[in-house]
Amino acid sequence: MTLADYLPIGLMMLIGIGFATGAMWVSWKIAPNVPSPEKLAPYECGIVPLQEPALRFPVKFYLVAMLFVIFDVELIFLFAWAVRFEAFGWTGIAAIGIFVALLVETLFYVWKRGALDWNVAHRDRYRRVVAEYEDEAA
Amino acid sequence: MSTLDQSGTVHISDASISVELETPGMTLNIGPQHPSTHGVLRLVAQVDGERVSSLEPMIGYMHRGYEKLVEVRNYAQIITLINRIDWTAGYANEVPFVVAVERLTEIEAPDRAQYIRVILTEMTRISAHLLFLSSFPLELGASTPLMYAVRDREYVLELLESVTGGRFHPNFNRVGGVKPVAGGGSTTKKQSQDLPAGFIAATNAMVKRLRGTCVTFDGLVTGNEVFLARTKGVGIITPDHVHQYGISGPNARASGVGFDVRKHEAYLPYDKFDFAIPTETDGDCFSRYAVRLAEIRESLKIIEQAVNDLPGGPLRSKVPRILKVPAGEIYVRGENPKGEMGYYIVSEGGRIPYRVKIRTASYSNLAVLPELMNGALLPDLVAILGSLDFVLGDVDR
Amino acid sequence: MSFAVLLTVKVLAVLGLMLGGALVVIYAELKVGAHMQNRIGPYFAGGRFGWAQPFADALKFMQKEDLVPDGADDRVYKLAPYVVLMGTIGVFVVLPLSPRFVARDLDLGAFYALAISSLTTLGVLMAGWSSNNKYSLIGGLRAAAQLIAYELPLVLAVVAVAIQAGTLSISGIIEAQAAPAFSIGELNVALPYILTGQIIGFAIFVVASLAELSRIPFDMPIAESELTMGFVTEYSSIRFAMFFLAEYAGMVSMSALATAFYLGGYQLPGLSATAVEVLGPVIFISKVFLLSFLFIWLRWTLPRFREDQLQSLAWRWLIPAALLNIAITATFKVVF
Repeated sequence: MTLADYLPIGLMMLIGIGFATGAMWVSWKIAPNVPSPEKLAPYECGIVPLQEPALRFPVKFYLVAMLFVIFDVELIFLFAWAVRFEAFGWTGIAAIGIFVALLVETLFYVWKRGALDWNVAHRDRYRRVVAEYEDEAA
Repeated sequence: MSTLDQSGTVHISDASISVELETPGMTLNIGPQHPSTHGVLRLVAQVDGERVSSLEPMIGYMHRGYEKLVEVRNYAQIITLINRIDWTAGYANEVPFVVAVERLTEIEAPDRAQYIRVILTEMTRISAHLLFLSSFPLELGASTPLMYAVRDREYVLELLESVTGGRFHPNFNRVGGVKPVAGGGSTTKKQSQDLPAGFIAATNAMVKRLRGTCVTFDGLVTGNEVFLARTKGVGIITPDHVHQYGISGPNARASGVGFDVRKHEAYLPYDKFDFAIPTETDGDCFSRYAVRLAEIRESLKIIEQAVNDLPGGPLRSKVPRILKVPAGEIYVRGENPKGEMGYYIVSEGGRIPYRVKIRTASYSNLAVLPELMNGALLPDLVAILGSLDFVLGDVDR
Repeated sequence: MSFAVLLTVKVLAVLGLMLGGALVVIYAELKVGAHMQNRIGPYFAGGRFGWAQPFADALKFMQKEDLVPDGADDRVYKLAPYVVLMGTIGVFVVLPLSPRFVARDLDLGAFYALAISSLTTLGVLMAGWSSNNKYSLIGGLRAAAQLIAYELPLVLAVVAVAIQAGTLSISGIIEAQAAPAFSIGELNVALPYILTGQIIGFAIFVVASLAELSRIPFDMPIAESELTMGFVTEYSSIRFAMFFLAEYAGMVSMSALATAFYLGGYQLPGLSATAVEVLGPVIFISKVFLLSFLFIWLRWTLPRFREDQLQSLAWRWLIPAALLNIAITATFKVVF
């Protein structure tokens, strides 16, 4: 395949952007535009916001993102293997099996460690275990 | 795995990153203009991502000053006014007040009027609980139960309207009985019209119909896996909370406190009917749902019995044209759909009360909210709010 | 020159069909949802059965004032709807409606489709972050966490399909499903993958695509009872309509992918090659609508999950199940 084969994607995107921009243009032509400070204020249930939205995201979301990156890399290898599956046979299955098993072990570790628990009750149980462990160590 | 055993141990360990890294909290205003605060409740929540670390309800946006307003109105006018306190149960608001005035003036309402009061109160309870059954799943994201509940609520409201002329605010009680029935034809001053024709048959049909609705809800909501996952073990109210905060009504009975004013005080002739007080023991959102669904079934039982044993006789006993209430104090409470509602009336004699203290259920029921937020997530907050089933008019008065 | 013209015609036809399909799905959502709730739904627009309601809605959205809230990141805010729309439109390029009716059949079609559809995540996060609104921010974060968590089972489910088909080209996968699964005497019976071993994969794919589309029971990014309208809270006018259209276009593209991977695409067991050539688009789009109906049905039946339940469903159930599915598929493929 050459780069030209990807031309339809560009074309589709261009048409899509054209369509969206056209709609925006029509809207801009026919919609009223009478902004007022009240109208432009960010919505917070009718209360003037006391504080800007925090720009640092809570850590839990980063945990999910990091887990995702790990497994996403796994996926790339899996795809390569899946397409050339016939050529590898049992050897391929064994190789990819070891690779996946390592990642599943990671998932299992993370799971037991409590990173998948957004539920506080579960995390509290984990905290108690850690606290007991630390008491023993001290 | 209940959230009960958390015992406040929040910051034990800094050793494990997977447990908790503190990020700056965000103050989030939920309400007064918010889809799930049932009106104009404002909640100031400290949230860390999904978790609600603290919550402060701010009430008063719906304050209408009823306790002051009733001090300049005579008793008949007050009945109109207090209809609007809990607007999902207008009729039930009237009853304890009227009973209180009757006890002060030592007028007894005739049996037939008493029975009609029972029937209409229970109809109001059903309509209020159906409103809960529609709004609670909606808050959890299911929009279809809303339509089913509101459709079948209409059957109840139509009956209420056929008797009283009003769907939400009947203003139907009078001291010493009930008002002449709407739609019953013209009345003379001496004779009150009775229930509209066909009322008993229509009520029996409604009872049958709503039993079917309860079955529908069992299928659509009660057994729904997602619904169970969202409500079981969430927002647990313990019996201690019930006593500390004065929680009443279905919310208290869901926590295993089987108190119901209908069984304990004879403000209406409930002792003549055979019905159970449904209780649950878990005190979570699901129990509160289950109790209300069961209460609809019990109310249907009461209505069925009351309609079929309806005694004859006058609708109103003899009451002087200008009602003067002797000096005295009285507290009468009734079991409203939301819980215990009571009126403390102080009369110095005359046509106008000196002071009326209104005890509403939603106010106490809502007060427990911050207590339930112990580490709950934002979606839990909405589930808990919905399950408490409060009405802002009932909170702020 | 003729190549360019042909290409443009093809692209326009596919885009038109798919966006038309999205409009039909919007209408179906209104009408089917209404009937599931004892309502009538759209009734007046367009004369009969309110068929023109989606167009009327679009026109109404255009007439509304377009607001950018104070303190919003202007450029990101305005770019976000485009990104979301591109993420769904991009998938259409590789969807084969019949053996020859395809804008461009890429060798890595399945891979490309899954990759481009996750652009949506970026757009949603942009919208949530740039709105200067706390509800939007939480909605955007939820969307990001949810979409990346369900990206994995979705793609893992497709890996099993790729193993069974031996290719990543979407046309190739559909053609592989035309291969005879078994024979009764002279008669060769070809079955779609859902009936030949990928039933678990199909279930995982449908659940994960529900989550990718943020539809009930996974609509936490919007969750109107908690976050008012989630990441689109501040959007109004045509920009809101863009998100709206993207949601339904995404539903069509996800259904189309599931159709191609599991339901045999434009194939129907028992049809000859020529019949498929002619009826292909009809069969394909019918299957897409069937799946869309499933999505709509769920939308009007279920409540929504909680964020932690959603995460644990993805990580604890779907990902291990998808890995297991790959292992089973691979073993069978080698043994037989």
